[in-house]
Amino acid sequence: MATLEVAGLAKSFGGVAAVRGVSFAVGPGELLALIGPNGAGKSTCFNMLNGQLRPDAGTVRLHGRDITGLAPRRIWRLGVGRTFQITATFGSMTVRENVQMALLSHGRRLGGLWRPVAGQEAGTAEALLARLGMAEQAGRPCGILAYGDLKRVELAIALANAPALLLMDEPTAGMAPGERTALMALVAGIARERGIAVLFTEHDMDVVFGHADRVLVLDRGALLAEGAPEAVRADPRVRAVYLGSGATQGGH
Amino acid sequence: MLAVEGLAAQYGRAQILEGVTLGVEEGEVVVLLGRNGAGKSTTMKAIMGLVRPSAGRVRFRGQEIAGREPFEIARLGLGYVPEDRRIFGELTVLENLEVGRRPAPPGMTPWTPERLFALFPSLAEMRRRPGARMSGGEQQMLTIARTLMGNPRMILLDEPSEGLAPVVVERMAETIGALKREGLSILLSEQNLHFAGVVADRATIIEKGRIRWSGTMPALRAAPEVREQYLSV
Amino acid sequence: MRWYGRCARRVEGLENIALQALSGLASASSLFLVASGLTVIFGVSRIVNFAHGSFYMLGAYIAWSLVTRLPRGDFGFWGGVLAAVLIVGLLGAAVEVLLLRRIYRAPELFQLLATFGVVLVVQDATLALWGAQDLLGPRAPGLRGSVEILGLRFPRYELFLIAVGPVVLGLLLLLFHRTRWGTLVRAATLDRDMVGALGVNQRWLFTSIFFLGSLLAGLGGALQLPRESVNLHMDLSIITEAFVVVVVGGLGSLAGAALAALLIGELHAFGILIFPKITLVLVFLVMAVVLVIRPYGLLGRRPAGLIAPGPAEPVIRPAPLALRRLGLAALGLAVILPPFAGDYALSVLTEMAIMVLFAASLHLIMGPGGMASFGHAAYFGLGAYGAALAVKWLALPMLPALALAPFAAGLAGLVFGAFCVRLSGVYAAMLTLAFAQIAWSAAFQWVEVTGGDNGILGVWPDAWAAPKLAYYYLTLALCLGGTLFLRRVIHAPFGYALRAQRDSPLRAEAIGIDSFVVRFAAFALAAAMAGIAGGLFAFAKGSVFPTFLGISRSVDALLMVLLGGVQTLAGPIVGALAFTGLHEQLVRLTDYWRLGLGLIILALVLFFPQGLAGAARARWEARHGDA
Repeated sequence: MATLEVAGLAKSFGGVAAVRGVSFAVGPGELLALIGPNGAGKSTCFNMLNGQLRPDAGTVRLHGRDITGLAPRRIWRLGVGRTFQITATFGSMTVRENVQMALLSHGRRLGGLWRPVAGQEAGTAEALLARLGMAEQAGRPCGILAYGDLKRVELAIALANAPALLLMDEPTAGMAPGERTALMALVAGIARERGIAVLFTEHDMDVVFGHADRVLVLDRGALLAEGAPEAVRADPRVRAVYLGSGATQGGH
Repeated sequence: MLAVEGLAAQYGRAQILEGVTLGVEEGEVVVLLGRNGAGKSTTMKAIMGLVRPSAGRVRFRGQEIAGREPFEIARLGLGYVPEDRRIFGELTVLENLEVGRRPAPPGMTPWTPERLFALFPSLAEMRRRPGARMSGGEQQMLTIARTLMGNPRMILLDEPSEGLAPVVVERMAETIGALKREGLSILLSEQNLHFAGVVADRATIIEKGRIRWSGTMPALRAAPEVREQYLSV
Repeated sequence: MRWYGRCARRVEGLENIALQALSGLASASSLFLVASGLTVIFGVSRIVNFAHGSFYMLGAYIAWSLVTRLPRGDFGFWGGVLAAVLIVGLLGAAVEVLLLRRIYRAPELFQLLATFGVVLVVQDATLALWGAQDLLGPRAPGLRGSVEILGLRFPRYELFLIAVGPVVLGLLLLLFHRTRWGTLVRAATLDRDMVGALGVNQRWLFTSIFFLGSLLAGLGGALQLPRESVNLHMDLSIITEAFVVVVVGGLGSLAGAALAALLIGELHAFGILIFPKITLVLVFLVMAVVLVIRPYGLLGRRPAGLIAPGPAEPVIRPAPLALRRLGLAALGLAVILPPFAGDYALSVLTEMAIMVLFAASLHLIMGPGGMASFGHAAYFGLGAYGAALAVKWLALPMLPALALAPFAAGLAGLVFGAFCVRLSGVYAAMLTLAFAQIAWSAAFQWVEVTGGDNGILGVWPDAWAAPKLAYYYLTLALCLGGTLFLRRVIHAPFGYALRAQRDSPLRAEAIGIDSFVVRFAAFALAAAMAGIAGGLFAFAKGSVFPTFLGISRSVDALLMVLLGGVQTLAGPIVGALAFTGLHEQLVRLTDYWRLGLGLIILALVLFFPQGLAGAARARWEARHGDA
């Protein structure tokens, strides 16, 4: 069964249709890229999957279970991890504490008033950070971390509740080309190893065509193309509305 | 036009820039390349006075500007286009342009909204639209137009292609070419090497707050080891 | 004859209502003048300017001096008013240049503290210059007497005031939307740094905004001269109302301020006729209702656009060893010394211990919680009243009565918190103030139960705790226990969850944290702790009064937390000790203690922008490297 199934998703703002009838599915261990011009409805689509927006029509199913319109924190509890376009971490906590928070929340232990956080789930958090190559940064405050490292912290937080689905909004925005490839290789490795379905939006075509198993192209709220990276890249309609001639993107 | 020497800056206790030296000649487009966090944006902000430099000299058209207020620096003819666009969302396109308006120095044809609409045709169709209701690409065009209203002799463009769709990035490259033909000097920061290759005359590579390499674009193309080491392409 | 009488009475009744409505409109007009200045200043500088009421008061006093000294007649009166208004505008500009300009980068609440320092200084300066007597101004020449409209007589001056409001609104709208200055101001409201980078001298922009805003406050004050007496309470009474108007209308919205001024003005006028028993609470009830239904005010919008994220709050680490030793030493002294202290010293020490818990409870929601409360005294006072009422009506002994205090306060915290924690920033703070005022007016006006202004007397400790020393030790034990418990909570998962929702609501929600529940629980816990402090305070004083839940006690709590520093755990403790000690000393030394306190606050704001404990830690870290 597909991990995530989306059917007929639609949303309008003040009478203007932002997303009109989008359907797709992502399977375990698969990386699906969602691309398209600015204003094509990518963010709206994404926010309907993670619970930030309630769709006007359509359904979102996780492992067959209808999760349409649930609050983001409910959706997380059902096994959906997220990273944000602009990183969102807890700046007044260390890297380790950030991950501990996700672990403690997963175990529903955030109500504790007495035992200090310091001794709870620290080992699990460090193991997860080590997997992402962040072991040395565990004790540093998140507020002073470099951007690329913050992206990894986000990934660690998103993986803390052993998610079935990972939603990544422009996971490599603001990173240098080399870092982008490294991060996406890491994501792809973990996704395949743990059977996590990954849906991500992205503007960097090297990342999209280098790491996605499948690509969806949105234009004016509707699916314009869907398929393997090579087929999508060759699609003349996609070149016209989105990819352009390729002069500023490394000539594809 | 612009000569930066040994520029240093810090946020709190973290040293971000440790002695940046670079120069831009009149009518030239120079690109500042580097990874995220290498210090590109901070260099721009320190030149503009938005981050107070802790050491170093910045000479713009022969005047020392390090340590001056941003508005004073802007009035000397240095324009700044921030990476996060920072459009005045509740103001219309025309009002956004009005905020940027400054008298032109003698001998320069002043930028007017009409001239800018010729350069950015999509803005002409939305003169009275609030900035918040524009797409990312349109906002990026508006920030550049707003800065041009100050009739600068040089502009600092911080990551103009970031987060834009490839077709919009191509239009951005054309716009920068047009501005260069107008005689404007440009210092832009970029991570997109392909984009930089299309628009720039010279490149300067920054890494961990220091300049590591400077040279012409053809020289950079001929130096794969430099790109490998600092840009990890 | 009978018919005539009834008709006359009806006319009289109608005239009364019309006059009342008219008087409401006139108040609305003045209220709008002050509120428009406040909203304009807030819009650009994001400073919640408590000193705005002081400029209103100064407007009235300066106008009084000028008008009574200048020759009588049109020129003397209107010339005096105009000059006073300009002087107040210049004073506002001076405060911006000398004080606020230096602290634009400081945290929001610190700026608020600075403006409160100005309030204290102006209060005592006014007292020194004009004395404590109420002053009466002359009538406005040319606007004496009344006019007859449709057979009803209306005072001319009221009609004049009613016209001023809309005229000023119109002029302001033209200024902001039709001039370059207005466009620049609106742009600066959205992103001041960007405006500077575009070549606009924002310093002058800010100074001019403070000039305009203060001028409007001064105008509001000066125009009151023919209407009511000039007195030393004008500042705080108008600032609370102006805040209410601005918040009900929607921060930064001129039209909203006008609408809200109309609403509040008429409410005042008719409230006295319709609900004479709850006049004090009516305005705050309306504000609470508006904010519950429309969280950003009538015409306000959710703050949109880019709000540059401030620097991250520091990581909380275990206190350095030296600091712990210092704390233990202080505690040792607090335990060992009192037997050798006199009665006066004991009561000061008791009060200090109580204030430490009170401040620590407020710190929980302000620091880790990231919510400001302008009404924390409500829970302190309800704890005190809970204990006192239990003694008076249930005849309970001290300990059970004390045990009731946190429940009374915590219950109020649950009810009020359910509304307050839904909002954020200034709106949330104003709603806490509204609820505190509602609680205060209940204590003040529900005379049958609370004794009203006379309070409840005879709330003394049981015999075993009656000696001052015994009561001191009881207080120390309970307050120390409460404060240490709060510290423990901050280090526990719940405290982390509280900080998580403050640092990044988006991320908190994305890892399953229900921000509302966390904030709500923290609010109620803080209220219960403040309740314990209040209960202890009641038995320490032997009585309770409505002032226990008044605005000034809420402000005291704010001052303590801010003086100490919001970002450190030791902050509220240091702040409470420093504030209580200082206050006690100043009151003993001089009649002008407000001036002294105000100047100390201003000095602190300018030189220790992280608070006392924050400054101490910064010095410590500079000397010893990262802790």
